[in-house]
Amino acid sequence: MWPKVRNGGEWMYTQGLLEAPPKAASAVEDSERMARFQARIDAEEKIEPKDWMPEAYRQTLIRQISQHAHSEIVGMLPEGHWISRAPSLLRKSILIAKVQDEGGHGAYLYSAAETLGIARSELIEQLLSGRAKYSSIFNYPTPTWADVAAIGWLVDGAAIMNQVPLCRCSYGPYARAMVRVCKEESFHQRQGYHAMLSLARGTPAQQRMAQDALNRWWWPALMMFGPPDTASQHTALSVRWKIKRFTNDELRQKFVDFTVPQAQFLGLMVPDTQLHQAEDGHYQTGPLDWSEFNAVLKGNGPCNAERIAERREAHAAGAWVREAAIAHAAKRAARAVA
Amino acid sequence: MRPSAPRVQSLKVYGAIAMTLPHDWALYEVFVRAKRGLDHKHVGSLHAADAAMAIEHARDLYTRRQEGVSLWVVKSADIVASAPEDAAAFFDPAEDKIYRHPTFYDIPKDVETL
Repeated sequence: MWPKVRNGGEWMYTQGLLEAPPKAASAVEDSERMARFQARIDAEEKIEPKDWMPEAYRQTLIRQISQHAHSEIVGMLPEGHWISRAPSLLRKSILIAKVQDEGGHGAYLYSAAETLGIARSELIEQLLSGRAKYSSIFNYPTPTWADVAAIGWLVDGAAIMNQVPLCRCSYGPYARAMVRVCKEESFHQRQGYHAMLSLARGTPAQQRMAQDALNRWWWPALMMFGPPDTASQHTALSVRWKIKRFTNDELRQKFVDFTVPQAQFLGLMVPDTQLHQAEDGHYQTGPLDWSEFNAVLKGNGPCNAERIAERREAHAAGAWVREAAIAHAAKRAARAVA
Repeated sequence: MRPSAPRVQSLKVYGAIAMTLPHDWALYEVFVRAKRGLDHKHVGSLHAADAAMAIEHARDLYTRRQEGVSLWVVKSADIVASAPEDAAAFFDPAEDKIYRHPTFYDIPKDVETL
């Protein structure tokens, strides 16, 4: 399929729904292609959709980009619940804009994943069927308004730490999507800190609310960077292919160093009795409870079932809109011909 | 509590929805003109039932912060592109025509404004 359409003028620009590329003719050819591919990456050149790439590179990217996209989509839920209950019209407008951005980020990322030859419908099916992973952070509940503030400050803050290096990822469409995402993400973090600041400077009850939210989100936010380097499966190859530029622990440390002073400014206590500033200036945290992380990852978090159920419901409820749009488009096309 | 019903069951329950998923919404590429005087630039893609919907989706997806004053959408399938593996041979004929560049010509310093 692949080579035939190439000369037929039907190349999809994004290579949308084409089948996987044909197997290399020989092992020699394969190793030559692999050497050229790696040389290009080493020279900091981008890999673009129609370039030859090792199947493992393609699959790694599909997995990572689609998980990222799913995370944005599921990430709309915990905050979306607070749109109708935001404490002021301005906070409500801000939250609507933020949640709309998350949906947009999901769409940018699905668009980037599609350039690797997988259909968006397949990716969405993976999410709805529960086979796909998404960031475990979104399986925690948002019981108070302060949780929405804490998500913006900490969760979006951690996301930025992860995402900024991805703007230089070796895969062109992913890198370009991340540039757009990062531009918008800064607003998310700042509005969160701003909301947190309002609470921290508010009544004693509001201050307690802010502290409780920090207590709930601190450790899960640190776990967003993934398992420690000693236990991470994917790091080495992803670093060689410049999909990943820094290790999980490096990014986590950077986040802690940035965030602890921000908490101090709010007058809030980071919920870690072992936290201290080491002689080298870095903040050292106490040990992370990875058994909890793994339980949430395996689907046993507080909201795993609820999130997927809600996505399915939303998808089912929107089916008539998708069908009506098709019918309407067909009718208009028929009229145009007549 | 289990996160979701076992996969087989969930596919059965949601099979009908899943089947409507490989929707007939075509893939469109989106181009944005950031301001008057600049070219339209490719920014990404989206799915839409028709061109009118593609334009509206493109506005919502790619210009939420006044990133553009004009949009183009074109069905991805309608774009014809050169093949990257042929790039070396395809673009090669231009490589040795260095006389096409102004720097090829050595002009005496005394000649000004050239």
